Amino acid sequence: MKKQKTAARQSKSAVTRRLFMQGGKVRLFLGITVAAGGLLSILIVVQAHYLSLLIDDIFLKNGSGGWGWLLALLAVIVGRAVLNWVGDASASKAAGLVKKTLREALLKHILKLGPAYTRGERSGELTNTAMEGVEALDAYYSQYLPQFFLTMLVPLVVVVAVFSADVLSGVVLLVTMPILPVFMILIGLQAQAKSQKQFNILSQMSAHFLDVLQGLTTLKLFGRSHHQEETIARVSERYRQRTMGVLRIAFLSALVMEVGATISTAIVAVEIGLRLLYGQIEFQSAFFVLLLAPEFYQPLRTVGQRFHASTSGIAAASRIFEILDTPTPDGSETDKPAEPKTVPPTRPAALGLRFEGVSFAYPTADGPRPALENVDFTIERGVKIALAGPSGAGKSTVAQLILRFIRPTAGRIVVETEGGNFPLEEMDAKAWRELVAWVPQNPYLFNDSVLENIRLGKPDATEAEVIAAARQAHAHDFIAGLPQGYATILGERGARLSGGQIQRLSLARAFMRNAPLLVLDEATSNLDLENEALILDALDKLMAGRTVLMIAHRAALLERADRVIRLEAGRVAGDSAVKEQTLA
Amino acid sequence: MKTFFRLVKLAWPLKWGMVLATLVGFLTIGSAIGLMATSAWLISMAALHPSVAALGVAIVGVRFFGIARGVFRYLERLVSHEVTFRLLSRLRVWFYRGVEPLAPAILERYRSGDLLSRVVSDIDTLQNFYLRVLAPPLVAVVTGLGMWLLLGAYNPVFAFAFLGFYILAGVGVPWLTHLLSKRLAARSVVLRSDLNASLVDGIQGMAELVAFGQEDRQNARIEKLNRELVRVQVRLGAINALQGSLGSLLTNVAAWTILVLAIPIVRNGQMDPVYLALVVLATLASFEAVLPLGQAFQYLAISLVAADRLFEIVDKAPPVRTLPATGPTQAATETGDYSLEVKDISFSYEPGQPDALQNLTFSLRPGQSIALVGESGAGKSTLANLLLRFWDYERGEIRLGGRDLKTIPPEEVRNIIGLVSQRTHLFNATIRENLAIANPKADQAAIEAACQQAQIHDFITGLPQGYATPVGEFGMALSGGERQRLSIARAILKNAPILVLDEPTANLDRQNEQLVMQALHSLMKDRSTILITHRLVDLAGFEEILVLRSGQVIERGDQSHLLQEKGLFNRLWQLQTAPV
Repeated sequence: MKKQKTAARQSKSAVTRRLFMQGGKVRLFLGITVAAGGLLSILIVVQAHYLSLLIDDIFLKNGSGGWGWLLALLAVIVGRAVLNWVGDASASKAAGLVKKTLREALLKHILKLGPAYTRGERSGELTNTAMEGVEALDAYYSQYLPQFFLTMLVPLVVVVAVFSADVLSGVVLLVTMPILPVFMILIGLQAQAKSQKQFNILSQMSAHFLDVLQGLTTLKLFGRSHHQEETIARVSERYRQRTMGVLRIAFLSALVMEVGATISTAIVAVEIGLRLLYGQIEFQSAFFVLLLAPEFYQPLRTVGQRFHASTSGIAAASRIFEILDTPTPDGSETDKPAEPKTVPPTRPAALGLRFEGVSFAYPTADGPRPALENVDFTIERGVKIALAGPSGAGKSTVAQLILRFIRPTAGRIVVETEGGNFPLEEMDAKAWRELVAWVPQNPYLFNDSVLENIRLGKPDATEAEVIAAARQAHAHDFIAGLPQGYATILGERGARLSGGQIQRLSLARAFMRNAPLLVLDEATSNLDLENEALILDALDKLMAGRTVLMIAHRAALLERADRVIRLEAGRVAGDSAVKEQTLA
Repeated sequence: MKTFFRLVKLAWPLKWGMVLATLVGFLTIGSAIGLMATSAWLISMAALHPSVAALGVAIVGVRFFGIARGVFRYLERLVSHEVTFRLLSRLRVWFYRGVEPLAPAILERYRSGDLLSRVVSDIDTLQNFYLRVLAPPLVAVVTGLGMWLLLGAYNPVFAFAFLGFYILAGVGVPWLTHLLSKRLAARSVVLRSDLNASLVDGIQGMAELVAFGQEDRQNARIEKLNRELVRVQVRLGAINALQGSLGSLLTNVAAWTILVLAIPIVRNGQMDPVYLALVVLATLASFEAVLPLGQAFQYLAISLVAADRLFEIVDKAPPVRTLPATGPTQAATETGDYSLEVKDISFSYEPGQPDALQNLTFSLRPGQSIALVGESGAGKSTLANLLLRFWDYERGEIRLGGRDLKTIPPEEVRNIIGLVSQRTHLFNATIRENLAIANPKADQAAIEAACQQAQIHDFITGLPQGYATPVGEFGMALSGGERQRLSIARAILKNAPILVLDEPTANLDRQNEQLVMQALHSLMKDRSTILITHRLVDLAGFEEILVLRSGQVIERGDQSHLLQEKGLFNRLWQLQTAPV
C-alpha cells in the first residue's frame, strides 16, 4: 500500500504545473490578477514620481506643489487601491472556480472507483480530502499566487524606473537582483522544511493529547490519571524546546532576507545621499530612487510570509491529483459509459444466479490478492441459499460481485429468469441493481430524516408506503417513540440508534425495494437477543417468495436456508441441504 | 466579553513574555519607520550641500535601522513563538485538569463524532490567541503612540491627521468588512457543514447509494451545495479583498493629507522644509502596524467560539463527590474485607429520563461469582459505572467491605475493583507500556506471566518487535480478541480482589470467544467476579444470575434453576446456544 502511494505521488513541480493548467476560466481570472499586478507596479512608480516632484518643489524650489500634481497623486493612490482590489478579488474568483471543479472531479472519480475502493477506513480520509483538502487550495490561489505574480513584476518595473532616473542606483539594485532568486530558493527550502517539521511535531503533540483524552477512563481505572497532568506538561515542554530549536534556524533565512533587503535600501540611501552632497544628482531623482528602493524588495518579503499557503496547498493538491490518477479498477462498473445493454425485457418476478468459474482478486501493492478462485454454484429461482465459512473465505466478495461493486477477474455470472438467461455483465448496472435488495452488515445511516433514510429503497415512495415498510420491519414502534418520529434526523449529527434498530431500518429499506433477489450480509451478527427475535420475524416476511443469498453464522439464520454453501479460502468447500450440514 | 477576559486570565502568567514580545514587535516597526525617516532626512539634508560631518549621524542611523529591523523581527518571532508554545502547554494542562474529574460520566457524550478531536483542535486554535489576537493591537497602539509623539513634535495638526487615518485603517476597515461579511460568513459556515455532511454521506454511504441506485441524486445534492458554498466564498473573498485595498488607500491618503497640510506650514516658516520628506515617509512606514488588525479581528471571533466550547466542558460540575465517612474508615486493603453489598439501587443518567437501574439488590461475598444478563440497554453496564464510582447514585446503598461506597475515595475503590471492558483504550505506545499502566512496578517477568495467563503471550512474542511493538492509533492494528486479552492481562497485572467483566466477549467470533473465556476463567480464580453480558456462555459456575430487562431484575437464580423457569433466560439460551 505504502509503496504504491509514494510511486503515485508526483514531484512538486509537476503538481505546480497542474495547478497552473486548471481550466480556461481559471486562467482568465488569474490573467486579470496578473494584469492588475502589472498595472499596480506601474502605478507604484508613478506615485513615487509625483511624490518626489511635489516634495522637490516645496522643499527646494519654494513652490506650493500645486493642486494639479496633488490631485494626480491622489488619483494614482485611488487607482492603486482599485487595482489592489481587482487583483485580489479575481484571484479569489479563480480559487473558487478551481475548488468547485476539482471537488466535482474528485467526487466523480471516487464514485467511479466504487464502493469496493471507498470501504472502511479509507472513506474518512477521502471525505477529508474532498472537503478540507480542496479548501486548502484556496489560500494557494487567493493569497500565494497573486503575491507570486507581484514578486515577478514589481522588481522588474521598479528597476527599469530607477535606471531611467539614476543609472548608478539602478546598478546597485541590479547587483542585488541575482541575490533575490537565491533568497527565494533559500526561503522556499527553509520554509518547506520548517513547516513540514513543525507541522509534524505539532501533530505528534496533538495526537498524544488526544490519545490521553480518549484513554482517560482507562487511566482512571488504573489510578494513573493524575500522573498524566505532569506527562502532558512534560511532553509539551519537550516539544516546545525541540520546535524552538527548529525555528531558531528556520527564522534565520528570513533574517538574512530581511537584513539583505533593508541593508540594500540603506546602501542606496547613503550612496545617493553622498552623491547629492557633491551635487552629482538632482534631489528629485534621488528622492524618487529612495521611494522606490524599498518597493523593490517588498513583494519578496511578503511572498516569504505566504509561503505556508503555498506548501500546504501543494501538499493538498498532490493528494487530490493522486486520487484523480488512481486508475479505476477493472472490477469497477460505474465508469462504463452508458452503452446499450441487454436489459431484461420486463421486470422478472423471480430470478436465479449461476456462478460459472468465477474468480476475483483484489489489487494490492504486492500484486493481486485472490479472494475467490474458480467458484461454481447456482442459486435457483426462489431458493434460499446460505453462504457460510470462516472470515476471509470470500463470502462478502460474492455479495459485492452480485451487487456489481466489482467485476469477476475470470469466469462469469449468469442471471436466470423465466424469460431467459442473461450474462450479468451485459446488463445495465443500474437496471440490474433495481432487482436486488441488499441488507448490509453495517448499514449506513444518512444525515437525513428517518423517512428519507427508509425511502432510499424507493425514492418515490409515499409516506404511507414508508410506514408500511417500517411496520413490516418491526421498526415502526421505535420510530414512533423518537422525538420527531419519522422526521427525526439520523446519522452523525442526528439521533443515535442501537445496532438492532439500525438493522431494522435497513430491513425496512429492503421491504421498500421489493426486489426479487435479496442479499443479506450477516444481517444478525452482533445483535442482542430481543432484537434478533424481531429481526428474524421481519426477515421471514422479507424472504417469503424471493430468491435469497444470505451470508450467515448463526444457527437461527442457517436453519432458514434451503441449502448451505460453504466457502473456504475462496473455494467452494461444500454445497448441501441444511439438514445434512447440521448433522455433519 | 466574559470569554475574552477568561482567556486573558488564562494567558496572564505569561504576561512578561507577552510584554517583551510586544516591545520587540514595536521595535521592529519602529526600525522600519526609523529607516525611512532617517533616509529621507539624509537625502534632504544632503540636498542642501552641508559638510560630510553633518551627515555622519544620519548615515550611521540609516545603517543601524537597516540592520535593527531584521534583527528585531527575528527576535520578535522567537519570543512570540516561545509565548505561543508556553500558552499551548498551559492550555492543555488546564483543560486536562478540568476534564479529568468529569471522565467518563460527562465525557461519554464526547466519545463519538470526533468531538474529542475537536476539543484538541480548539486548543490548537487558542494557542495562537496571543500571537494573532493580542499582539497585533498592542503593537499597533504602541506604534500609534510613538508616531503621535514624533509627528506632534513637528506640528500637532500632523498628529491629529495621522491618528484619524490610523484609527480608520486599524479599526474602521476591519469593522466595515466585518459588517459586510457577517451574513455571508454565517451562511458559509452552515453551507460548509452541510456540504461536509453530504460528502460523508456520499462517500461513506456509497455502497448503499450505489446498491439502491441513488448515487446520482446524492451527487447532484453535493454539487449544488458545492456551487453554493463556492459562490458565497467568492463573494466573501471580494469583501476581504477590500481590507488590503482600503488599507493601502488609507496609508497613502494619510501621507498625501499630511503633505497637503504641510504645504502652508512650510510656506509660513513654521517648519523647516528639510523635515518634509521625513514626515511623509515616516507616516507611510507606520501603517505597517495596523495592517494585521483585520486578521486579528477575524481570529478573535474564531478564538472566542473555540474558548466557549472548552469552557462549557470544563465548567461542568464533577459527577462524583466523596462524602465524609460516618462509619469505619479502615481501608479494605487493610481489613481484607472485600464483601460487596448492593441494596435497592435505582439510578437514572439524567433527571426525567427513565431509570437505567431499578431497585437492584444483591450481595457478593469474597470469592463468589454472579452474572448480570440481559439485552443491551437493560442497564447492566450502569452497574459497572456505579461500582467504579464513575457516577454517583442517588437512591439505594452500596457497601464495600462494610463501608458506604460514597465515602471511599474513587482511587481507593478502583484499587479494589478491576474492570475488563470492551472499551479499554490502547495508548499510542508499546505493548509493554500499555500493560505497565496497570501496574507500573511490574517487571518483564510479571508482565509475561500475566500475558501467558491471558493467552496472549504467544501472540505477542510472534510479533516482529515482541513486547516493544507499538499499538494504538499509530501502531499495529489489533483484532477485538487481541485487545480483549490485553485488557485481561492488564486486569491480572492490577490484581484487584473484585473483578467486573463488562461484555468481555462482545464482538468476538467463536474462536476468539473461547480463548477469551479460557483466559477469564483463570483470572476469576480466587476473586469475586461480576460478569455483565448479553451473550450467554456457560454460567454453571456462577452462584447467582440476575436477568435484567429495562433496568429491572425480572428473574434470578442459578443456571439450572433459570433454565427450568422457561422465562426470558431460557428463551435467550435457546436462541444463542443452538449449534452452528
